[in-house]
Amino acid sequence: MLLLILKRIGLGLITLFIVSLITFVGVEVLPGDACTTYLEREAYGAALDACIKRLGLDVPAYERYLDWASNVIRGDFGYSLSGEMPINEVLGPRVKNSLVLASVSILIGIPLAIVLGIITALWRDKLPDIMISTITIFSMTIPEFISATLLILIVAIWLGWLPGIVIIPSDATFYELISNIILPVVAISMIMTAHMARMVRSSVIQVMASDYVQMAILKGVPYWKMVFRHVLPNALLPAINVVALTIAWLLGGVVVTEVVFNYPGLGRLVIESISNRDLPVVQALAIILASIYVGINLIADLMTLMLNPRLKSLQIRK
Amino acid sequence: MENNLITEDKQKNKLEKAFEILKTMASKPSGLIGLTIVLFHVVLALISPYIVPYDYKAISPNTMLLAPSAEHWFGTDSLGRDVFTRTILGGRTALTVTFFGSLIALLWGGLLGIFCGLVGGKIDDVVMRVVDAFLSIPWILAMLLIVSLLGTSTEVLIPALGFFYGKGIVRVARAATHDVIAKDFIVSARARGHSNMSIIWNEIIPNVRDAILVEGAMRWSWMLLGFSSLSFLGFGVSPPTPDWGLMISNARGLMSFAYWSVIAPIVGLSSLIIGINLTADAFAKALGIDRSTKAPV
Repeated sequence: MLLLILKRIGLGLITLFIVSLITFVGVEVLPGDACTTYLEREAYGAALDACIKRLGLDVPAYERYLDWASNVIRGDFGYSLSGEMPINEVLGPRVKNSLVLASVSILIGIPLAIVLGIITALWRDKLPDIMISTITIFSMTIPEFISATLLILIVAIWLGWLPGIVIIPSDATFYELISNIILPVVAISMIMTAHMARMVRSSVIQVMASDYVQMAILKGVPYWKMVFRHVLPNALLPAINVVALTIAWLLGGVVVTEVVFNYPGLGRLVIESISNRDLPVVQALAIILASIYVGINLIADLMTLMLNPRLKSLQIRK
Repeated sequence: MENNLITEDKQKNKLEKAFEILKTMASKPSGLIGLTIVLFHVVLALISPYIVPYDYKAISPNTMLLAPSAEHWFGTDSLGRDVFTRTILGGRTALTVTFFGSLIALLWGGLLGIFCGLVGGKIDDVVMRVVDAFLSIPWILAMLLIVSLLGTSTEVLIPALGFFYGKGIVRVARAATHDVIAKDFIVSARARGHSNMSIIWNEIIPNVRDAILVEGAMRWSWMLLGFSSLSFLGFGVSPPTPDWGLMISNARGLMSFAYWSVIAPIVGLSSLIIGINLTADAFAKALGIDRSTKAPV
């Protein structure tokens, strides 16, 4: 068991190592280095030399990689080109803002998804299922920027209930954030809920068709007691992994949503740093977002492992 | 001569089989709706250059932000261009880019997955680690980086999208290959002394084709989503190309009084994505593949 957990963590670390290689090599191979892309037309003479000196671009690539990697392990991402300040200072407030947005969406999304999934599964192919399933298909297939734009158009412009875009600085306090994030949270949790509700639905349907549920019915166990005692614990377990993957997958969608609502989180920083051609920040973001992805998946794997006694003695499949 | 007859017969069977699948797909309302929407968009994309009433890039200060009328069915945008024209041409851009992108994704993802599944061992381990690593970088970050450094022409966009959406297909193709590889007909093909290439071509591909095609159909809709998101962020095709994402992003700032120029591309893009999704689901069901428990990776 312990060995299995260690192996999982090891695999995650290897993945992160490859990610760091990919981003580093990618930036090396693509035309132009950090200085020439950032300075663009002014990339000559003293300015270029100073930039190269500061980023240490005059040493061989592998030395720079080792240097950069050892700094990243110690939690130091280096210097931002456009902000002229340590990347850690740029990242700090952004990470906090994105965390607030993500956790509120998750807190709303997961319980809602479980309830909707159970309703659609128990009333399969009846009116509630058809209605909810149609809505979930719509909200999970429509791109984030479209649902976000429509939300702004309907709620903010036509109804005038809420402000359409977030106009707070990136170092706003928690309370300022909370009052501004209603629409972004709705946009994000809509898609997340839809994905997870579909998963819960098919999982519950699968368990309902199993032998032990048939047995419980034949034994005369009351319907709702059967649902809560026998069906749900078995149906929700496989959902954990999907929840994790959905959250990780949303990292991409959050970027777009943050841009639409002008929300000062990590997602908008992605766009800003790429527009500014600030490659050191882009590299840092790639590592951070990949670590979140790997971390969430690791937690999900471990949770399934802990909760499922059958897997404790077994090698879980990759 | 006889050989010819056999292949002809085979081809007829294939056509019949494809027709069967289409019939099964259309037998359910959701599949029928999906097929209709996709067919509508494909036909529109093919004939759009010949039926549009205006020039998609003709700018005119006299026709700025006109509401929908008999001359301009969907109104005009902030530069006086006809929204109807640009909307139906936008489908052509989206379908061309994502169709070729998906084709590339299917080819390299499918072949690499089959190869890894068949060979196994060290090569398989290394390739899967790298695929995992690519999966853990958010697609949007990687795409934005490539596009911002290499430019936003379709010659860059199509291979880049094809590459990034193919890595998920590698896993599916590999898993499908693992399912068939232990079967007797592979063992007997090995015993007959067939080469790896011949086994892949004659034994494995016919058996994993369905799973890969279904995955490809799903990827197609995700790629459409990704491509339009890129355009929306300003990193997709460059103006004045008629493109839905670009149109939505341009018209968004003015939507409080000119909502028509944002609604038309939204309807176009949403309907196509929903259509492809419904079709892919119906396709999966017709082939007997359950993908309701799959996560969106």
